[in-house]
Amino acid sequence: MSGVVGKPAPLVDARAKVTGRGVYTDDVKLPGMLVGKILRSPLAYARILSIDTARAEALPGVRAVVTGRESEVRFGVLPVSRDETAMAVDRVRYIGDCVAGVAADDEEIALEAVRRIEVAYEPLEPVLTLDEALKPAAVPIHDRTLAGTNVQKAVDQSFGDVEAAFAASAFVERRQFRFAAVTHAFTEPHCVIAHWDHDGRLTVWSATQVPHYLHRALSEVTGMPMHLIRIIRPMVGGAFGGKSDPFPHEMIAALLSRRTRRPVKILFDREEVFLTHHGRHPTRTDMAMGVSSEGRLTGLDLKSLIDGGAWGSFGVVTTYYNGVLCMGPYRIDHFRYSGKRCYTNKPPSGAMRGHGAVNSRFAMEVLVDVLAEKAGLDPIEFRLRNLLPPMTTTINEFRITSNGTREALETVRQASEWDAQHGKLPYGEGIGVACGFYISGSALPIHWTKTPQSTVHVKIDSDGGVTVHSLAAEIGQGSDTMLAQCVAEPLGIPLGRVRVFSSDSDTAPIDLGSYSSRVTFMAGNAARRAAEEARKELVAAAAALTGYQPEGFVLRDEQVVYAPDPRIAVSFMDALQEAIKGRGALVARGCYAAAPPMGGKFKGAAAGLSPSYTFQAYVARVSVDPETGFVAVRKIWAAHDCGRALNPTAVIGQIQGCVHMGLGQALAEDFRYHRGNVLDANLLDYRTLTPKQMPPVDVFLIETHDPEGPFGAKEAGEGPILPVAPAVANALHDAVGVRMQELPMTPDRILSEILRGAPGPKARPPAPAGGAGSGRPLVPAGP
Amino acid sequence: MSEGLHAIRPPEQRVEREMVRLRVNGAEHTVAVRPYDVLLDVLRERLLLTGTRRGCDMGTCGCCTVHLDGRPVLSCLTLALEAEGRDITTIEGIAAGEEAGALHPVQEAFVQAGGSQCGFCTPGFIMTAVSLLERNPDPTEEEVREAISGNMCRCTGYIAIVEAIRMAGRELRARRAGPSAAAQGRP
Repeated sequence: MSGVVGKPAPLVDARAKVTGRGVYTDDVKLPGMLVGKILRSPLAYARILSIDTARAEALPGVRAVVTGRESEVRFGVLPVSRDETAMAVDRVRYIGDCVAGVAADDEEIALEAVRRIEVAYEPLEPVLTLDEALKPAAVPIHDRTLAGTNVQKAVDQSFGDVEAAFAASAFVERRQFRFAAVTHAFTEPHCVIAHWDHDGRLTVWSATQVPHYLHRALSEVTGMPMHLIRIIRPMVGGAFGGKSDPFPHEMIAALLSRRTRRPVKILFDREEVFLTHHGRHPTRTDMAMGVSSEGRLTGLDLKSLIDGGAWGSFGVVTTYYNGVLCMGPYRIDHFRYSGKRCYTNKPPSGAMRGHGAVNSRFAMEVLVDVLAEKAGLDPIEFRLRNLLPPMTTTINEFRITSNGTREALETVRQASEWDAQHGKLPYGEGIGVACGFYISGSALPIHWTKTPQSTVHVKIDSDGGVTVHSLAAEIGQGSDTMLAQCVAEPLGIPLGRVRVFSSDSDTAPIDLGSYSSRVTFMAGNAARRAAEEARKELVAAAAALTGYQPEGFVLRDEQVVYAPDPRIAVSFMDALQEAIKGRGALVARGCYAAAPPMGGKFKGAAAGLSPSYTFQAYVARVSVDPETGFVAVRKIWAAHDCGRALNPTAVIGQIQGCVHMGLGQALAEDFRYHRGNVLDANLLDYRTLTPKQMPPVDVFLIETHDPEGPFGAKEAGEGPILPVAPAVANALHDAVGVRMQELPMTPDRILSEILRGAPGPKARPPAPAGGAGSGRPLVPAGP
Repeated sequence: MSEGLHAIRPPEQRVEREMVRLRVNGAEHTVAVRPYDVLLDVLRERLLLTGTRRGCDMGTCGCCTVHLDGRPVLSCLTLALEAEGRDITTIEGIAAGEEAGALHPVQEAFVQAGGSQCGFCTPGFIMTAVSLLERNPDPTEEEVREAISGNMCRCTGYIAIVEAIRMAGRELRARRAGPSAAAQGRP
């Protein structure tokens, strides 16, 4: 043991980042490189009658123009919904849909060529709302929809008997919630370079979370076997789910390069980033929950109507997740879910941090608060009474292992001085609680193959340097550092001896990528196992050198030590030289092949099934100006059960980032459309919280030491966003008596709820002038 | 989708280029630029100083922040011609005053405090922070937050960034107070 696990570590690539030397895709400049640009649809829904590229091709400096006819092969991240093509073939499906691609000597020529492409459209009636999408359509947006409507996917699940449970309940509360779309708003625009070289190989550099899925999709779209394609993932400037699909622009760059045999770079401007979107689905959620006279949750009845935009993306998974990720952290014995995801003529929705769980979680935590009130119980006390225990199975057959919800709730209760504040603060001041529940990777992979979900190779040669090879995508979350730690720990070496190579599909074994919060759990386990394989050889070498039994050796402080008598020790380097003598470098591999068998046999049983789950409990403290509806979030207390924090710096950073993104969705962010146009397609009008709006966050790491996680670890990247918005909503109720049922909770919406006659200031003493706390005021989101 | 700043003129129209002398990180460069070329393009595409990041091309993200005569500016909104004869400092030159291979204290603090996750916004924040600490060696938390309000980060919630800047401020103040104080000032 080297003791690197559990200690705060700067990211292994931090120096490259702070010096600007780190290479992102747009920093790659290649000889002969062309500039690629995309012609996008100005119409939300239309037939393409003709495309005339002659005037574009006639422009000197234009090297290739491609349209949808170049490749009509369908692709998509999920095998069940391959509904995208590189460019529109017969119809455009949203404003911003890709129609043609141009490669030219420079950007100005490429843009002029795009302008010269003439497209004749026959407009079709666009489908822009969920209600329209449910009706039979003259021309459904895609071929495979339900009964001639634009419903892409319907999920119906039922466990126990919700109706009977409700009939036997003391109270049943039923409400409707509405959620606006939100988007990732990462700082690095999408960028790709494709080079189809004269040897007939295709190399693609791309800002992606999923190099392996990109690899597969490129192979399908181009017809090139995978072994002739190489994916290189340079540094990625933020992703949050927004770079987790194979994208049309990646296909277009490859097709342009196939024509020109020169490298083609496509870099998006910020408006294109917004049009590409793939953010959180706009959703309408109807939820009912019941409570018994003993204060126990009885049942959950949930209907979700989900706006998918123009493509399938991860939407089938989203549809399941909206339901099944409500199965924790509370014990619920009767559950019914009906979810529908619809196609609309808007930029596609997809996966975004907390994928599929965030909106339903908001509804659920607000309802739990309502029921606590009805039951006459404190919201934390009520939650504590209703928790799932560790090591249990849910009604839908999720296998729950480690579960730190109880400790998380008790921690934030104490730290926030909850008992002295909840229900006791002056009018306008409030405190609220919410929990969360999320997966650490999906137990079953998207493609049902026998390829392990994660494989890691470790090489140690006579220089004593340890190289780690993986395709787990470092996107800023710190996965390279995590891999280095998981390798260094069993080998008893410092991080400085380890170098991680996670960018290149030619040298790395397959990893499914950085999505669904799977990397620490799966790639971390694979890395640890690879290092343990290498360790066996070092131990055998030390045993040979000393004549002692291998069973007694441990690795620590760059020594292979015989534990029963620590005076017997061989240095790491001496053991290494012995191990590679006459054989060459130590090469070891480890994998996370599959989760243990688990789950039910019913349709959809695999959705939401994870080898481990994380749990959260947050408290939010807010001040509300009852005359304007302005909210200031004073503080967030955030307790997250991460199993074990391999790198506390990174885990805390993920939680703080989740709070920022969650507060944005709660209070300000709104991806607005007008007749299919994205209204706020820039980072000024799309309002993420500024530094001055961000409250202090007290983070508490709850370490439950998961039995199957690497060194006990579980995910930290997504679950921590879940309690943010509902904790704020519940605090608003404590402050001014409103129950917010629509996100974002803008001042105008809060004010209208206050004016609708929520219990007024008479119930509580007036707030002292200036309000409580020292938090920063929030600037309202504009209407 | 928008045609952007680069497409103001059709390409067949010949645009007069002007020779401009730019002093970047202390080194003199002569670059032929068009009147509408912005400093960001010249730094990234002509001088290959790619540490200055392109996030939005419209002054909304702060990723392209550089110093002009020590003051932070958005290089995507600064014409290259405006920079003539002035001292331009980019992230690549910010540690020039340190021993070879060492980081500027602000850079070091970003490493230690976890102020950089994906790293794309980081050079811009560091340029803003260095300028702040030169003008105001002991900023309050509110002053730090005000100073970085033109820089966007989507990873950190700004918390570790604010921490890093204040940590760097302590280090810089200790240095100014003298070598013995500097040793004490380190955590």
